[in-house]
Amino acid sequence: MRYAAWRFVLQRGSAAVLALCVIVHLATIIYAVRHALSAEAIVARMHATAFWPSFYTLFVVAVAIHAPLGLRTIADEWLALRGRATDTVLALFALVLLGGGLYAVASLAG
Amino acid sequence: MRVMTDATFPVRIWRGGADGAFEQFDVPRRASQTVLDVVTHVQRHLDASLAYRYACRVGMCGSCAMTVNGKARWTCRTHVDAVATDGTLEIAPLSHLPIVRDLVVDMAPFFDKWAAAKGRFQPTATRNDDFAKVAPASAKRRAIDATIECIGCAVCYASCDVVEWKPDYLGPAALNRAWTLVNDVRDGAGVSRLRAVASEGGCQSCHTHQSCTRSCPKHLSPTGSIAGLKRAVAQAALKGTL
Repeated sequence: MRYAAWRFVLQRGSAAVLALCVIVHLATIIYAVRHALSAEAIVARMHATAFWPSFYTLFVVAVAIHAPLGLRTIADEWLALRGRATDTVLALFALVLLGGGLYAVASLAG
Repeated sequence: MRVMTDATFPVRIWRGGADGAFEQFDVPRRASQTVLDVVTHVQRHLDASLAYRYACRVGMCGSCAMTVNGKARWTCRTHVDAVATDGTLEIAPLSHLPIVRDLVVDMAPFFDKWAAAKGRFQPTATRNDDFAKVAPASAKRRAIDATIECIGCAVCYASCDVVEWKPDYLGPAALNRAWTLVNDVRDGAGVSRLRAVASEGGCQSCHTHQSCTRSCPKHLSPTGSIAGLKRAVAQAALKGTL
């Protein structure tokens, strides 16, 4: 019954994290393009400190929380899909995002 | 003896239930005419079987709320000149509520949600206690004053997109009333009310479209009240008291 309140808190919280992560991510993309960083150079920087792997891990976790919850509301309001089955599918999608995202971070920084 | 020939204008009025249709009437156009005047003219002079509601006809009771040219309004407070910009009127029952007949809707679901949001004062004092002392300038009392004037006309409910998309959404009016009670220091419902507005279909379903605030004939802001509920619910959830 109170899960609705928790979903709301997680959605707002992950949104705040994502706002920050997206700005930093865009800044790094612009930097990489401006300085013509090669793929090898980028991977080297990912290995250099613990900061970038930590940052992107946080980014992945925030996405894995935020996107499925957003889709849950869209499925409910636009497709009239609601209930246990929908929640299960979206929970699995959250795991896919988490797994895929962490795999990407590990590949680049591990 | 005077021969009066009033200019008429076409008015389409919903007839029947959910599977009904619009019926056109030609109604005399008069100065300072309200939409309620139009509906009343049709029922008294053109078709006595038209069903509609009104009571005070002076913008106090909210009984005459209908959909006029696509927007929920109080018909007694809506001048024909203001809305019939192309010289026609389309009058339908309020949206998002079951149609009883013609322009009459069943208000029961609206008030059921009011009860589900625990929009009812729960007393804590007895006759043996002194009067409650509530400072009028206190933040909580001012928050109540800003939104207490709701008369349950359902115009906000009829205007809300989320009510349309999500059948179990409690709606702006019910949540607005719950907010006044959350701020009432005399009330004893406490956590149970926060839980009621934090359930599926509760305050967090509001997308802040503000259709309710724009359409409220009493110029209340259910959006603001719902924002207050979201804060209160989030704080309670994080503190573990929800």
